[in-house]
Amino acid sequence: METVSPIVNFTSLQKSYGDGPVVLDEINLAVMPGDFISLIGPSGCGKSTVLKLVSGLSPWTKGGLTVAGMKPRQARDRQAFIFQDATLLPWLTAQHNVELPLRLRRVPAGERVAKARQMLALVGLADVREYYPRQLSGGMKMRVSIARALTLAPELLLLDEPFGALDEMTRNRLNEELLALREQSPFTAMFVTHSVAEAVFLSNRIVVMAAHPGRFHAEVQVEFPYPRRPELRARAEFQAKVNEVSGLLHEVEMPARS
Amino acid sequence: MKKFPAIFVWLLPLASGVLFVALWDGIRAVSGLQSWILPTPWEIVEAAWRERGHLAVAAAHTAVGALGGFLLAAAFGFLTSLLLGVSRVLRAGFYPWLLVLQMTPVIVLTPIIMLWAGPGLPGIITITWLISYFPIVANMTQGMLSTDMNHVALFRMCNASRSQEMLLLRLPSAMPYFLAGLRIAATLAPIGAIFGEYMVGNSAGDSGGLGFLVYSYNSQIKIPALFATAIASCLLGFIFVAAVAGLNWAVLHKWHDSYERDDH
Repeated sequence: METVSPIVNFTSLQKSYGDGPVVLDEINLAVMPGDFISLIGPSGCGKSTVLKLVSGLSPWTKGGLTVAGMKPRQARDRQAFIFQDATLLPWLTAQHNVELPLRLRRVPAGERVAKARQMLALVGLADVREYYPRQLSGGMKMRVSIARALTLAPELLLLDEPFGALDEMTRNRLNEELLALREQSPFTAMFVTHSVAEAVFLSNRIVVMAAHPGRFHAEVQVEFPYPRRPELRARAEFQAKVNEVSGLLHEVEMPARS
Repeated sequence: MKKFPAIFVWLLPLASGVLFVALWDGIRAVSGLQSWILPTPWEIVEAAWRERGHLAVAAAHTAVGALGGFLLAAAFGFLTSLLLGVSRVLRAGFYPWLLVLQMTPVIVLTPIIMLWAGPGLPGIITITWLISYFPIVANMTQGMLSTDMNHVALFRMCNASRSQEMLLLRLPSAMPYFLAGLRIAATLAPIGAIFGEYMVGNSAGDSGGLGFLVYSYNSQIKIPALFATAIASCLLGFIFVAAVAGLNWAVLHKWHDSYERDDH
């Protein structure tokens, strides 16, 4: 049988800043195509750093990391990054913001415009194409950011607490939309969050991290089938899973408080 | 909070202006000072009207010098900041010296500038240029270094070239800073030109600007006319600042937070 190779593969990775403290230690993780992996853990556990390593924005010290079998930097065409704030360029309209990655890759104007229109329509923002970011609400900005990330149809989407600043209703809705987008153009996701419920709703795998040094504490499988409906949140199994992850999170947060 | 009536925004400055003129007139009447020490507001208006031809011609001359120096400062300031923003080596090597130059009062350099650039317009433009240049460089260089790090990361992730990063990211994000520099330069440019004209006031004839009029009225002890010249200079400065404010609005009003309306 043909073996599927991981899209992201960490092998005993360690990262420290110069001679300073170890930021990440013994990171082993094989992200398989189609996975939606959430990284959750106390602040300072290096979960955002994990994403930076994958995107090739940050070097590591020991061990190995490959993305699609390549060095992270060489695999940039395969991935897109969604930041904590929407990171839209304020001087560009929503339309031009979504066109940006295509423009940077010198995609011809006609194709670029059409693709960006299509992406904005997909996230429900066809009407505000010509708006500037400051005219958009927080949720709308994040949708533009998602549309921008998906214009290049990346295999791998890295999301660094993208919905952390939004109210709970908007966050839940965007969670549902993100999964719906995944049905249309499948991508593998690595998702950093502080919210256990969000992680359980979105992921098939949740990695709980501990701090000082940043390391993997436990991994939880979430077996609810996709596509997932909002009603899932009300089910007892969902709550049980949230409790399980919260318990693990509690284990790693306790020592830090003492 | 109680609403501040919009009409007050116009009415209050007008009222304080009238009050100021009335006080001026009152002090003059009570003190019995002579006209060549403290002219009445009316005498100043009269002098402005009498000298209107001279003032207009002089203001036009000053405007040419100020605009020339301002445009040179804007162009060179833009280029300097661009280079300083791109290259860490250039920045480390030259920026401290720019600050040192900025600390040097241009007034001290005036005779040297006149010697090198020649009296008249070339010297006046050079002085204006020097005075307006530094605020532009200081502001815009700051702007070139204030690019949002997440935006830079976004560009890197898209494998953007250095020129793309410069044109599509660093320059646009430095624009508000550049324009802030231009605003300061716009207040300085007419001052620089008038100062330059004052220093080379003997270039007489019809070619003198407002600075030359200051020199000339002063030597003739035409004090009301001096006040009238001050008003003309103020108007010229106002036009410069208004023009840059207009440019600022044209470039930024659509997207920049400083033009955020209250209604949303």
